[in-house]
Amino acid sequence: MTIPLPVFVAVPLVTAFLLPLFGKKGKAAATVLANLATLLLLVSAITLIGQSRAYEMGKWSIPLGINLVLDGLSCLLLLAISVVSCAAMLFSVRYMERYTAKSKYLSLFMLMVAGMNGVVLSGDIFNLFVFLEIASLSSYALVGFGCEHEELEASFKYMVLGSIASSFVLFGVALVYGNTGSLNMAYISQAISRTGITTGLGFALGLFVTGFGLKAALVPFHAWLPDAHPSAPAPISAMLSGVLIKALGVYALCRMVFNVFGVTVPIGWVLMVLGLLSMVGGAFLALGQWDIKRLMAYSSISQIGYVVLGIGLGGLILANDGNVAWASLAILGGLFHLVNHAVYKSLLFLTSGSLEMSTGTRELKQMGGLAEKMPVTRTTATIASASIAGIPPFSGFWSKLILVIAAVQASFYWVAAVIVFVSLCTLIMYLKVQRYAFLGELPENLQEVKENKGTMAIAMVSLACLCVLMGLLLIPSLRESILEPAVTVLTDGMRYSTNIINM
Amino acid sequence: MKGMTIIVKNISSFVKVLIFLFGIYIILFGHLTPGGGFAGGVIVASSYVLLMLAYGREFAEENLSLPTTSRLDCVGALLFAAIALFGLFYGATGFFWNFIHQKELWGQPLKLLSAGTIPLSNISIGIKVGSSLFLVILILSSFRLETSASEKE
Amino acid sequence: MPYALCFLLFMIGLYCAVVKKNMVKIVIGILIMEYAVNLFLIMLGFRWGGRAPIVTAEDISGGSLSKLFINSSVDPLPQALVLTAIVISLGSLALMISICIRTYERYGTFDITQIRRLKG
Repeated sequence: MTIPLPVFVAVPLVTAFLLPLFGKKGKAAATVLANLATLLLLVSAITLIGQSRAYEMGKWSIPLGINLVLDGLSCLLLLAISVVSCAAMLFSVRYMERYTAKSKYLSLFMLMVAGMNGVVLSGDIFNLFVFLEIASLSSYALVGFGCEHEELEASFKYMVLGSIASSFVLFGVALVYGNTGSLNMAYISQAISRTGITTGLGFALGLFVTGFGLKAALVPFHAWLPDAHPSAPAPISAMLSGVLIKALGVYALCRMVFNVFGVTVPIGWVLMVLGLLSMVGGAFLALGQWDIKRLMAYSSISQIGYVVLGIGLGGLILANDGNVAWASLAILGGLFHLVNHAVYKSLLFLTSGSLEMSTGTRELKQMGGLAEKMPVTRTTATIASASIAGIPPFSGFWSKLILVIAAVQASFYWVAAVIVFVSLCTLIMYLKVQRYAFLGELPENLQEVKENKGTMAIAMVSLACLCVLMGLLLIPSLRESILEPAVTVLTDGMRYSTNIINM
Repeated sequence: MKGMTIIVKNISSFVKVLIFLFGIYIILFGHLTPGGGFAGGVIVASSYVLLMLAYGREFAEENLSLPTTSRLDCVGALLFAAIALFGLFYGATGFFWNFIHQKELWGQPLKLLSAGTIPLSNISIGIKVGSSLFLVILILSSFRLETSASEKE
Repeated sequence: MPYALCFLLFMIGLYCAVVKKNMVKIVIGILIMEYAVNLFLIMLGFRWGGRAPIVTAEDISGGSLSKLFINSSVDPLPQALVLTAIVISLGSLALMISICIRTYERYGTFDITQIRRLKG
């Protein structure tokens, strides 16, 4: 049976409002309900692979009503969001026992998932803004969840910058409405293809790039990320770094640039330059960090730079009327790296949370020699570090290889050289983590640390298995059902509007 | 937080009922005149805030306590979701479908009993917004500002 | 011309949010920015000599709206958008103020140059 699309938004919202009704005595029941909800979302997302449709809310037909759209790109991101949220929710069953307000945490988490699902499925730019705000507000509250000094400071910085970005996005939405007269993405893209990009629309595009770029933490706008991601509790860091910056930032940017406005040469260059700056800046800033989560946060900036670089490269080739096969290879590399990064970065943050829960510290200089004491954490952290550094059988290697091949084929040789150089930097920084946290000698105050068992181990091990198996997504049959539809949505940008209007 | 003088208490005990009634009027007639769920909910919350300002925070908290307000909040949101989901089941058509208008109570335009599910949605949103705002103000007014001693040096 | 004034208000709010050192003034700056965007949205629906889009008994002729009503009323869609945006900024303001209060509890000051424990 086909699942109606509003289920992805309605199920988390209903769960988020049911959970506070349980109160203090029903904490176990609340946790079980939340886990069941994320599992249900994961199963529903898997059944939607390969379909593409539009759903009109309330049966009001398209220019009058709001519609939800599912196509290849949305399906890919829904899968990523469901997988990471399921793992993070399993992990937080035991991790969040030390905070007292656990039911509020669970309902804020479900609100964040509802907001992200809504952003990914929305077919209407104001609807996208509303869900963007829902997800952002719940993430501001979750970052400052335990109200210690640093968490509040990080949450305030994140909130100020995030609110400014949302105001920019709303201003852009207002300008687009004023210039085209409709809020539906398909109708807007048809109006823009008729009139071309006027100054008002060009300014709106600049505002969108700034606003969504700040949510995605690209380099001139990255200042909130190194403070916010370490201060959040570990499963929230995994969600933020794993899916929030991608669903709110990179996905919305792609949708606007490729499907609504149409790719032009200046935008392609802007995306490529932002990607390059993020890659290099993030990698250099990460090398000098001694706090394990801050190092991982800077490396998130660098990996998002890879994704935006791949997509920008594909867009530039398309705008120059180059070879469509090269452009789709670059975009395939970018999107595959996006999904890979969701899995292994969230696994890395979950292992750092497990380390923090056992040893009580986040400084690399105070840890050491934990390899025998915490075998599960050690193995999964090694698998994730090998993935992110690009070592051959793991998934990260394939996506970086595709990006390098695409850059070389489009004769951007210096870009390929920068990609390889930043991969070396990533390898160095994760070798540093491995050496200081797991190898070396065990300090005296850590003699009695124990492994974290139970649901935390299940979450980490399942994500590690996915890391290994994601390389198999490049087999032609799996690639055509999962990755290729996402790539064709972006390369054939203008067909989005004709598909929606004819449906 | 302490209350105010006896003149203010007497008058506000009369006025708050009028404000509450006005808020309910704005919610119920939301499909005919400007207003609707959000604006009406804010007015209902402000009647309780008047109670809190005039009589002191503890009195208002006994009147409508914190767990009750929190539960009202959730119930309002769940009612809204239930109305939306009924549109899905009733005849297997769309989400948020205006099932009352199309099937049963075919009221006349400009009367109170028209426009199907819209007044029900307005009522549930009014409950939710009113209780949420009152909850926010109740919690924010119960902070005791003690700065931690180590930061003062 | 009124659109340029809206943009000027937006820039004033942005200046206030970026330059000031007191946390509460930064919050007020963000609030001014959101006001400016809401004002811009409402002005988009304007029409010279228009009337409010409220249906009364004389606008209905034969079961549907009269053409005079549709041609002379102001655009109601931006008004719905602004209502939603005001509620969102209300929620965001509540969260920001509560974080300011909690930060004052912990650090003892509202000055952001002294709330700098996270460096590097």
